[in-house]
Amino acid sequence: MYKILKAENIADKIYLMDVEAPRVASHCEPGQFVIVKMDEKGERIPLTICDYDREKGTITIVFQTVGASTEKMAKLKAGDSFQDFVGPLGRPSEMVEEDLEELKKKKIVFVAGGVGTAPVFPQVKWLYAHGIECDVIVGAKNKDLIILEDELRAIAGDNLYITTDDGSYVRKGMGTDVLKDLVNNQGKKYDRCIAIGPLIMMKFVCLLTKELGIPTIVSMNPIMVDGTGMCGACRLQVGDEIKFACVDGPEFDGHLVDFDQAMKRQQTYKTEEGRAMLKLQEGDTHHGGCGNCGND
Amino acid sequence: MDVMKKVPVREQDPNVRNKNFDEVCLGYNLEEAKAEASRCLNCKNARCIQGCPVSINIPKFIAEVKEGNIEKAYEVISESSALPAVCGRVCPQESQCEGVCIRGIKGESISIGKLERFVADYARENGITPKGADKLNGKKVAVIGSGPSGLTCAGDLAKLGYEVTIFEALHEAGGVLVYGIPEFRLPKKTVVAAEVENVKKLGVKIETNVVIGRSMTIDQLLNEEGFDAVYIGSGAGLPRFMGIPGENANEVFSANEYLTRSNLMKAFDDEYDTPIAKFKKVAVVGGGNVAMDAARTALRLGAEVHVIYRRSMEELPARAEEVHHAKEEGIIFDLLQNPTEILTDDKGNVTGIKVIKMELGEPDESGRRRPVEIPGSEYEMDVDAVIMSLGTSPNPLISSTTKGLEINKRKCIVAEEETGKTSKMAVYAGGDAVTGAATVILAMGAGKAGAKGIHEFLSNN
Repeated sequence: MYKILKAENIADKIYLMDVEAPRVASHCEPGQFVIVKMDEKGERIPLTICDYDREKGTITIVFQTVGASTEKMAKLKAGDSFQDFVGPLGRPSEMVEEDLEELKKKKIVFVAGGVGTAPVFPQVKWLYAHGIECDVIVGAKNKDLIILEDELRAIAGDNLYITTDDGSYVRKGMGTDVLKDLVNNQGKKYDRCIAIGPLIMMKFVCLLTKELGIPTIVSMNPIMVDGTGMCGACRLQVGDEIKFACVDGPEFDGHLVDFDQAMKRQQTYKTEEGRAMLKLQEGDTHHGGCGNCGND
Repeated sequence: MDVMKKVPVREQDPNVRNKNFDEVCLGYNLEEAKAEASRCLNCKNARCIQGCPVSINIPKFIAEVKEGNIEKAYEVISESSALPAVCGRVCPQESQCEGVCIRGIKGESISIGKLERFVADYARENGITPKGADKLNGKKVAVIGSGPSGLTCAGDLAKLGYEVTIFEALHEAGGVLVYGIPEFRLPKKTVVAAEVENVKKLGVKIETNVVIGRSMTIDQLLNEEGFDAVYIGSGAGLPRFMGIPGENANEVFSANEYLTRSNLMKAFDDEYDTPIAKFKKVAVVGGGNVAMDAARTALRLGAEVHVIYRRSMEELPARAEEVHHAKEEGIIFDLLQNPTEILTDDKGNVTGIKVIKMELGEPDESGRRRPVEIPGSEYEMDVDAVIMSLGTSPNPLISSTTKGLEINKRKCIVAEEETGKTSKMAVYAGGDAVTGAATVILAMGAGKAGAKGIHEFLSNN
């Protein structure tokens, strides 16, 4: 069992937890993820690692409630436990294995979308800890969905740019608008962009950076089952190759990823997810009517 | 009783069982087992022992069954096998022990598998367990993977007094026994969990949720965690795809994914959270045991199922018993056919599969007649899901993170057959990680060899 030491609701439908998992904490690097399973009957859910404390042996995870399982997970409190918590999984971010001196010469910009700010955080922290400055653009639908602002501000200071789609906080517009502004109007030059967020957002960042000529890395979040490379549920078309996000990724060259296909594949269990959600919300009172469940 | 024929085994009716996940074969009772045991000729030079990859003393245990001494029979089997309830169920006996049985020359061979299963089931139901070592020898061995190979190696080492820890990547021990082979062939809670418990009773520790290569490396196990030797039994779990258009469509699954959802995550049971979509008409591509398991699972979830295989019935690599069961249950075999494309709608959902007919040409290097496409014979089959069961290869996670571990061009770990010794000092390997996808019993045989190799190595150091 893996004990939850802290559980907080940090934004609208977004939760943060510190979980005791010493083996994961002693070996994980930025860019990697874990798979959690709540109980005997639970499903395996992949979540990116937001932070880690090697001494305390803890991992910080951040998740958004999007379906029945995450709804259930949001109800867990400090003192509760996950039955299973496996990791670190996936490959660490490229930067971890790069030559530090070479890396220091590079100008990096992050574009984080919504809950995608969580996996961006350890990468930014890692860079600053190694004396490398970078710019960080955080975008969300509205003010209530901005997360980790103080934490990022404490590290990146004025290099943090916040934007909201509806203009309810700091500025109005998408992350792509900020990136365009920085490059076109403020004379910024970047050697690398790292974009993490919803598929549609990463797709549009990639379209822009292709235009701007900035190599771009994205972190993919397809459906996963085992997360160790044995099923291929998470497969993606990257260039002319099929890659398994769980072992070959989750980070890939964003200019090679087939986002349209990835978006279609993410819909595979839409109906089941909806049904599970309704069952949870309405319990025994749900007897069809949603049009999707075949009256069961 | 006709001594030329096997005592028949009771099975669930095909039209009942094709709608449930309960075990198909019900096994022998004591009377039936004794009757079947009495057919054994108790050969002096028993060929059946040589046919068994872990060399169980078959005539000796059968003689005990004949006398009704089931506990003694269990002791005899336990000397050689750690997982008799599993092997009695899933071994391809027709090409192993039973294939060489003298009785089989003029009539039907002894039902060795069913007798082994009876003994193991009886032992479980009556609380009889194997005996461990009297005292520990102070040496530690790490076993990677809790499939048949790792469990066997760990069990043998524990009996020799080693302190053994198995590291398993998934949340449950058993490897292919829990994620691959379905409930209707191998019940998980009763049979597999009990066999894993037996290995634990020998003193073996099992740590789940540890992915060697990510959570820790082999060098860390040896240098930091204090293990004196490592056995790699990580299997061959990486699925292959065909590379045809449409293969990334939504309802195209590897058999591994489909079976893992159903078996390990129990998606067929509504009480569990993992989803598995239900389909009307499913194409399963491939002809091995895994294809049969996937097909029969899809059938139980309510689909009409077509097995598409590029050769003919004779070349079908699945066990005869499984093919027979599949046919009885209503699986349709579309033989001498091969998919060329998966058809989809604009949402990426599967709408059909394009298939070309084949004929058998000259034999290839493997000695099997090579299937050749018949030009212009393509046709479209309406299906709403496709399950790819084209075989698997070893996961490169361990080999790519272990310096000095030699692998061959098929990504399999190079290891000596007799001892499991690899190119790296103190590291041994066996099972599918070395051979590529094979059988449960061969993996167990390799686990035994690995335990022997490790024991020799550590005894001389």
